[in-house]
Amino acid sequence: MAERRAPSPASGPPRSSDGASTAPLLSVGELRTYFYTDSGVARAVDGVTFEIGARETIGLVGESGCGKSVTALSLLRLIRPPGRIEPGSRILFEGRDLTTVDEKAMRAVRGARIAMVFQEPMTALNPVFTVGDQIAEVVRVHGAGSRREAWGRAVQMLETVGIPSPAQRARDYPHQLSGGMRQRVVIAMALVMNPALVIADEPTTALDVTIQAQILELLRDLQHRFGTSILLITHDLGVVAETVSRVIVMYGGEIVEHASVDELFARAHHPYTEGLLSAMPQVGQQRERLATIPGTVPPPTAWPSGCRFHDRCPYAWDRCVTEHPPLYQLGGGHTSRCHLADEPARRAEVHEPAVAVLGGAGGTPGGSRAGEQDNVSERKAIS
Amino acid sequence: MTTPASHAPQAPHAHDASPLLSVRNLKKHFAVKTGLFNRNEAAARAVDGVSFDVMPGETLGLVGESGCGKSTTGRVILRLLAPTAGDVRFEGQDLFTLDNRSMRRLRRKMQVIFQDPFSSLNPRMTVGAIVREGLTIHNIAQGAAADARVKQLLDEVGLRHEYASRYPHEFSGGQRQRIGIARALAVEPTFIVCDEPVSALDVSVQAQVINLLQDLQRDRGLAYLFIAHDLSVVEHIADRVAVMYLGKIVELATAADLYREPLMPYTQALLSAVPVPNPKIKKSRVVLSGDVPSPAAPPSGCVFHPRCQHPAKDAACTAIVPPLEEKAPSHWVACIKQPPTGVEWPKQQAAGATKQPERYLPVIATTT
Repeated sequence: MAERRAPSPASGPPRSSDGASTAPLLSVGELRTYFYTDSGVARAVDGVTFEIGARETIGLVGESGCGKSVTALSLLRLIRPPGRIEPGSRILFEGRDLTTVDEKAMRAVRGARIAMVFQEPMTALNPVFTVGDQIAEVVRVHGAGSRREAWGRAVQMLETVGIPSPAQRARDYPHQLSGGMRQRVVIAMALVMNPALVIADEPTTALDVTIQAQILELLRDLQHRFGTSILLITHDLGVVAETVSRVIVMYGGEIVEHASVDELFARAHHPYTEGLLSAMPQVGQQRERLATIPGTVPPPTAWPSGCRFHDRCPYAWDRCVTEHPPLYQLGGGHTSRCHLADEPARRAEVHEPAVAVLGGAGGTPGGSRAGEQDNVSERKAIS
Repeated sequence: MTTPASHAPQAPHAHDASPLLSVRNLKKHFAVKTGLFNRNEAAARAVDGVSFDVMPGETLGLVGESGCGKSTTGRVILRLLAPTAGDVRFEGQDLFTLDNRSMRRLRRKMQVIFQDPFSSLNPRMTVGAIVREGLTIHNIAQGAAADARVKQLLDEVGLRHEYASRYPHEFSGGQRQRIGIARALAVEPTFIVCDEPVSALDVSVQAQVINLLQDLQRDRGLAYLFIAHDLSVVEHIADRVAVMYLGKIVELATAADLYREPLMPYTQALLSAVPVPNPKIKKSRVVLSGDVPSPAAPPSGCVFHPRCQHPAKDAACTAIVPPLEEKAPSHWVACIKQPPTGVEWPKQQAAGATKQPERYLPVIATTT
């Protein structure tokens, strides 16, 4: 527990070059969302601080269980017991702290000022209402027009997101549309109130790659036209590289690295980011073996001591086991939660990560079969 | 069809060896009933005339978008679904004429790894029992010998053998996929259909499972039919790749050739759509409009023509079904507009062609 409030030399999250002069649209400070479960307190989001500027797209990256989606749900205050946003967390949005406003004010924010696009377009849509009705409902709920006006807005939005013959399609039920069309409907629903911020949680993960290309292009186009800020949550670094200007990498409920997209891909600092980048097979890049990160993400009820990544890290030394690393400033707005920033020479000392040596202690034998050695050398090559 | 079925696409490195699996003109149509009281019956052509070989020890990747028939192909080959037409030979034996007993014997050599590690393991069986079941059914080992074999298999896939007494729900997705792999390996197969084996897994775990599959292949000489929609995973693991669209193979080549020089316009679009994890690379993307048409009403001629971006596309594409032709050594493509083609120009003109075939290779990625 002592490691939790480690001093952070990072004075604040980096700003994008284009949005630096204006005040941020959203400013999240020391956000903690804990779940009080029978098996202990799950610290799903544990002290997350970042900003999003107006008209900015930022990416939130990490594997399942790293706290990305809980962060998103916290911003909309959609956390239910046994979970709660801990006191001391701040979510400043349009001049108010969303952690303290009453439920009525929060309802006026959800869907109107901050909207969400979910991963599964089939489950995000109600199967027994037409898609036009569902988009119009958003307008009606926010008291932004009569029934007729709301329907008109719905049809107009369907046209905006590129659905052919929108007046007819508005009368269709979700099952009558293809996956790509459904995701367009979900995006239309998110944008109908012209929100300042759209949170897109894995918006293309369930889609085929050619449809994914269509949807990403649509999001970029809509952002230009409406000036919406986008928080894009994804595990796909390819999508991140092509879509966002800044990237936040999460691990163990914390931000472990934060940088502009060019900086992150050119000079990834945190070993977890390095691992993610080298574990991904890439088109046009032939490799004998893929690098792996041995082990799996630990459960949020039992984050490891010190650095939460230490047992899977090929550089970890005794300091990493005992001392929780702060977010070190690397210059140019690049921050990394890794003691290597303090002791860079250690990067030369590569070894088998603890989890691989132990053959997967703690019920996570996910680990390494053979070839951890080439894995390690490959990581070195990248850094 | 006088397509390459007769002079089959061969593995590039094994021209003389005989194929382990050979699939010829395989079709699987599903009945689709529509209209009042289901009076109209149509056929959804999930797999519509597919031919390929898999050589011993080879990985053939089968890629395409949802609904293209790649999983159905895998299931029909294993006879988990009954074929509509065509034949499949495994080690020279015609699978579709075998009786159930002989088929069961052969299943020992043909195994499958499924996509979803959550639904493909029986939650009421321990890991040990799951892995052991095949040993018992095929009379491979009993009692202590079977126990020893289960331990050895779990070790081999990177799980601690103490886990034999645990139940699937106690494991993470990657570990469950390892259990599924151990189950498939138990009966010592020579051929495994891997149906999207890593698409439900996180990046780092995905890499672990891919490495495991490659190690096992090297150690045991396994052949894989690797079905996946993730093109980068397939490029990494496959020796040769077949691209499917609407129930047909539209391109088949070595992984190196296919990714370096995709000739079928659909493959070009598919590859250009893959996001590159490198912000320095700018892609000129071929964005396909619309969705994949319904396999119950596939377009005439070339099934890809309504979405095709080839500059020489014309009326002939809507009329002529393009044969899968060898355009370069071991590089098979179904497109009458990519030269060379056996569909001669007069024949194309007779079908309404106005544009001569011309080589089209869009530049996809450029470094800035």
